[in-house]
Amino acid sequence: MAWFKREKKGIVTSTREKKEAPDGIWNKCPSCKKPLHYAEQVENNYVCHYCNHHLRVGSKEYFSILFDENGFIELFENIRSGDPLSFQDTKKYTDRLQENYLKTGLNDAIRAAHGKIEEQDIVVACMDFDFIGGSMGSVVGEKIARSIDYSIKHKIPFLMISKSGGARMMEAAFSLMQMAKTSAKLALLSKAKIPYISLLTDPTTGGVTASYAMLGDINISEPGALIGFAGPRVIKETIKKDLPKGFQTAEFVLEHGFLDFIVDRRHLKNRLSTFLKMMKN
Amino acid sequence: MNTSFDFEKPVADLQLQIEKVKQVAEKTKLDMTATIQELETKLELTKAEVYSNLSGWHQVQISRHPERPYTLQYIEMICDDFIEMHGDRTVKDDKAIVGGFGTLNGQTVMFIGHQKGLNTKMRQYRNFGMANPEGYRKALRLMKLAEKFNKPVVTLIDTPGAYPGLEAEERGQGEAIARNLLEMSVLQVPILCFVVGEGASGGALGIGIGDRVYMLEHTWYSVISPESCSSILWRSWDFKEKAADCLKLTAEDMYKNKLIDGIITEPLGGAHHDPAAMAETIKAKIIADLKKLRKLNIDQLVTERIEKFCAMGVVTE
Repeated sequence: MAWFKREKKGIVTSTREKKEAPDGIWNKCPSCKKPLHYAEQVENNYVCHYCNHHLRVGSKEYFSILFDENGFIELFENIRSGDPLSFQDTKKYTDRLQENYLKTGLNDAIRAAHGKIEEQDIVVACMDFDFIGGSMGSVVGEKIARSIDYSIKHKIPFLMISKSGGARMMEAAFSLMQMAKTSAKLALLSKAKIPYISLLTDPTTGGVTASYAMLGDINISEPGALIGFAGPRVIKETIKKDLPKGFQTAEFVLEHGFLDFIVDRRHLKNRLSTFLKMMKN
Repeated sequence: MNTSFDFEKPVADLQLQIEKVKQVAEKTKLDMTATIQELETKLELTKAEVYSNLSGWHQVQISRHPERPYTLQYIEMICDDFIEMHGDRTVKDDKAIVGGFGTLNGQTVMFIGHQKGLNTKMRQYRNFGMANPEGYRKALRLMKLAEKFNKPVVTLIDTPGAYPGLEAEERGQGEAIARNLLEMSVLQVPILCFVVGEGASGGALGIGIGDRVYMLEHTWYSVISPESCSSILWRSWDFKEKAADCLKLTAEDMYKNKLIDGIITEPLGGAHHDPAAMAETIKAKIIADLKKLRKLNIDQLVTERIEKFCAMGVVTE
């Protein structure tokens, strides 16, 4: 019956002879499930070359995609979170922070840098989803505020790359006020007539959408990104109906008039550069 | 008092007891003045004790008391004249945010506030005080109108949150709130904000950027409601009391953390025990503050407003 017959019993390859792929060299595209090689991912700007799914990446990857020769000066690097409320849920907030410092090697859910895109100066603040869900607390607010100050002082355009589940609950009202703080600073940037580009990446929700992410001179996004104020689960529970297909995707948000365009990550640098040139000339 | 909370039981018990003694006195024609007086003194002491030891969750409960005054009721009590204005000029008129010009003490002020309903039907009509994007856009339209005619703005905040609905997303709930934050931070007239009930997250902040932000004594203001916080962080609705403590959402904590500018004392037991007195207190505050703020140069006022919000947050370096 069997078309395949095993002739030797057991596994005969000795452990020494086995070739193991180091972790992270291969991983699966979360959309089409096909295996992706790391080197290919880097080359393709972390876009799946089978289905064009844009993989979720962090500040390190965006900086390498955007800045000329990956050269940049990191700004306000060492700001870390306080614990003003001595917050404790199932875990102490301070312990949670420690874990995330170790896990991600980051100081919080955002990094800011000054570099060049096709020889044009730009300040970029980019959020990291791996750090407590990219949540916005005092550090995120402070770094954005200082980046904007830096932009105004040096008259350099500002690019904000958002990727966040929303405000950080462990800093409660302090997190909420970061919405006010960043929006107020953006009003000053706007008054100084310095271009502000907001790139909303997968996912951008909650208090981040309801503050700096939606306030760009241009708001742009990547294909398929989830963008919304309330999360899909909350909306579903509220209206007690299934949500339409494609609800809260970048394409949906573009269609309803809140984005200027959606750009494939492989063309991101080029499109940004064109826009920056247009603003200058 | 029709509705009382568990923690108010000692007060309710004493009130019941006094009522009974009074009835007996009337029936039997006996002089029970001394007993009644003794009980009333005890009642005052008990009240003072109960209302001075309130937990975060107790404050949340009082802030949601169905008999608490809402925005339009306050406006009616505060203003001599009021003209309500409707619509965002784009989509529709949101019923969860109301606003218009009112006069008090001889000056015109733009009032804007969340509005909840007084009965089941009206609560639905007002969408439980949860505004859609057009509500925030109506608020902004009215603020711009006030700016144009150089009238100060007063906002009354009382919302369980911005409405998380399908159409709200289609019409850009996030953008509507964000735009208000930006515009309010540079509005060229004085702004006073009062949290008069619930101050839930972006829905509250969307009309909450002011030169002075106050909370009434028995209100709460935070990034999320204690119930939702409990369901997210503890994955159960059962930790709402604990979440309310953790969030430090009471007026006292918010003031201690320098996230608001002051606390407005309520009548003993809460604003619903004496709405007129509450309105009078708010009115006096508005008049006193506007007198001070009107004297300042507007550029200086706006700069100070921005600096105040930019100083919020705790980081280490």
